[in-house]
Amino acid sequence: MDKKMKRYPIGHVVGFLSSLLLTFVAAGIALRTSLSFHTIMLLIGGLALVQAALQLFMFMHVNEGEDRKTQVINIAYGLIVAVIIVAGSIWVMSFGHHH
Amino acid sequence: MGIKWNEILITGDPLILGSQIAILLTMIGIVGGITYLKKWKWLWTEWLTTVDHKKIGIMYIISAVLMFFRGGMDGILMRVQTSRPEMEFLNAQHYNEIFTTHGVIMILFMAMPFLIGFMNLVIPLQIGARDVAFPQLNALSFWLFFCGAMLFNLSFVVGGSPDAGWTSYFPLAGKEFSPGIGNNYYAVALQISGIGTLMTGINFIVTILKMRTKGMTLMRMPMFSWTTFITSIIIVASFPILTVALALMTFDRLYGTHFFTLSGGGLDMLWANLFWLWGHPEVYIVALPAFGIFSEVIATFSRKTLYGYKSMVFSIVGIAILSMVVWVHHFYTMGAGPGVNSIFSITTMMIAVPTGVKMFNWLFTMRKGRIKMTTAMLWALAFVPCFVIGGVTGVMLGMGAADYQYHNTLFLVAHFHYVLIPAVVFAVFAGTYYWWPKMFGHMLNEKIGKWHFWLFVIGFNMTFMPMFFLGLDGAVRRSYTYSVESGYAPLFFVSFIGSIILALGFAAFCYNIYWSVRYADRNIPSDPWDARTLEWATASPVQHYNFAKLPEVKSMDAFWYMKKNNEGLTLKKEELEEIHMPSNSGLPFIMCVVFGISGFFLVFEWHIAAAVAAVGIFAGLIIRSFDYNDGFHVHKEEIEQTESAWRNGEGEVNRYVGKR
Repeated sequence: MDKKMKRYPIGHVVGFLSSLLLTFVAAGIALRTSLSFHTIMLLIGGLALVQAALQLFMFMHVNEGEDRKTQVINIAYGLIVAVIIVAGSIWVMSFGHHH
Repeated sequence: MGIKWNEILITGDPLILGSQIAILLTMIGIVGGITYLKKWKWLWTEWLTTVDHKKIGIMYIISAVLMFFRGGMDGILMRVQTSRPEMEFLNAQHYNEIFTTHGVIMILFMAMPFLIGFMNLVIPLQIGARDVAFPQLNALSFWLFFCGAMLFNLSFVVGGSPDAGWTSYFPLAGKEFSPGIGNNYYAVALQISGIGTLMTGINFIVTILKMRTKGMTLMRMPMFSWTTFITSIIIVASFPILTVALALMTFDRLYGTHFFTLSGGGLDMLWANLFWLWGHPEVYIVALPAFGIFSEVIATFSRKTLYGYKSMVFSIVGIAILSMVVWVHHFYTMGAGPGVNSIFSITTMMIAVPTGVKMFNWLFTMRKGRIKMTTAMLWALAFVPCFVIGGVTGVMLGMGAADYQYHNTLFLVAHFHYVLIPAVVFAVFAGTYYWWPKMFGHMLNEKIGKWHFWLFVIGFNMTFMPMFFLGLDGAVRRSYTYSVESGYAPLFFVSFIGSIILALGFAAFCYNIYWSVRYADRNIPSDPWDARTLEWATASPVQHYNFAKLPEVKSMDAFWYMKKNNEGLTLKKEELEEIHMPSNSGLPFIMCVVFGISGFFLVFEWHIAAAVAAVGIFAGLIIRSFDYNDGFHVHKEEIEQTESAWRNGEGEVNRYVGKR
């Protein structure tokens, strides 16, 4: 840990700046463009995912420390379960609503 | 609060009146018997407050046998009612209640606790640990399951049984169509025991990942440990879905929300979707540990290492993943469209691949083995052909287009009984015969065991085989009667006779337990089957600290290796050390009582009383948070005494020493 503390925290700065950038881009897309509602939702949803991943790696240390393997496995597991349950349910249950 | 006093006790039905009297007499008998024998203190200190995984396992198994009896009685009543056309033994309402409780009890309060009982009993021993990772949580898991089971069983004498099927589909299960309190029992009792199961899942994941003894790598674990590990992961993935679905159901029924109702923008089929998102993995939660038991039994009695160990591991992982993505095959007829139904048909049929791999592995394990025809092995042998019938008809049902023909007929009923009985019931019987000496230090009678086996297997096939043909002829499930003109009568009668033979098989099992407890030879070695895994490397019944010295594992089939190479079997006095063990706690049992009272009030919709009782739950959580009891140490003298008592017996583990 000591060794890491002394170095200039370049990762944190990059993470902070790119988080800011992503936030402004998202706000810009939502407020300053005339894209359709659907496209805007898709774009800012995508940016939100990128930002969440960035936060996990830059600030929440998922890939550091003793438990990094466990943490990555847990997050992957959580994502898979969530995708199956939420996306799966929406897919299965959205029949008959588009006619 | 609007207490409906007139609704509390069910009156007017002679069958239920008889049960009420029987339950009352049994309870008076138990209380009187314990008082007469002055066993209250013993019961409290040895069992109700125990955190010992072996005792918890035994309590799970005893509860499961009792629930097997209850669920079996429901099954017999159904077969009696349909034994002849236009029979008037049960009315439609009573029949609805009985098939509902039969399903719920057999899956949730028989199959699961039976298997979880074996997990508790065996897993810490197999991986060379002294207990599970969280012993007190384990006790709480058991008591919450027990609380849920008792609450659910109360329903048929107090307040009325749930009657919307074990799947409790909306809108039928909603307040609009089932205004009685029966389905409240379903929502609340399953919720309480489901929380217990979730805790078990977490507990066993941590136990298996963190508590393995030295040298016990994941790929050296016995197959039952592997299946338990994967099962625990499926539990953690799927039980929260049930928790949420049941909570939404409770809100709908008790507080007038509209998640699943027809009116107010509810989506009734969303219940079916959520139920089966949990329900299908649930099938594998009960099937995988059963496969594990068969793997142990077949390897032991073929006297060979399990064939294709690695492919077994990959198969169970594959089954676990696939089990999460096949749920729609339970409701193809909802009409989600060809896209959805096709995808789920493919994933469903894919499950046959890893299952087939396992089947062949078991057969190859037996090939050229020196097979011993013990009762445990007979169950494993009967499992193979019976389960294949269940599996093949499952693939038939799994094809979305074909399913429109089979759906909701007795063909389906026959299919899932052909899956669940050979896999789960045969497995728990095999496990009971196999591990009984580990639990109690004496064997079950092999001769009565063979009666049990043949009666049960013949009865099972006779009961359910006719249902395939009845189903193909169009007999629908859950129908309380049928006409003479339908022509179903002969096959239904065969099924009825089969169910009587099945019941005789179960009676033989109960008699076997009675006979063996009273008369079986107590002077048996700790390793009576010449087995392969670590649970047999210690005394039978197992001393409370499991191992005086934790074994070191050098290969798969660790105990077999120890016996063949004469390593680690003996114990020197200098090697003894004090052992740290967890203390007993009464809190889990008290939590069970508090959950039970609170749940009971909630069932009857006495909200204020339920809220007051629920304060007790939070009080329990707070007390537990400030519990600083770190357990106790077992002294060297005690260990020395215990160890010399069993190790020096004739024909003990010592017999392998110097045999080379």
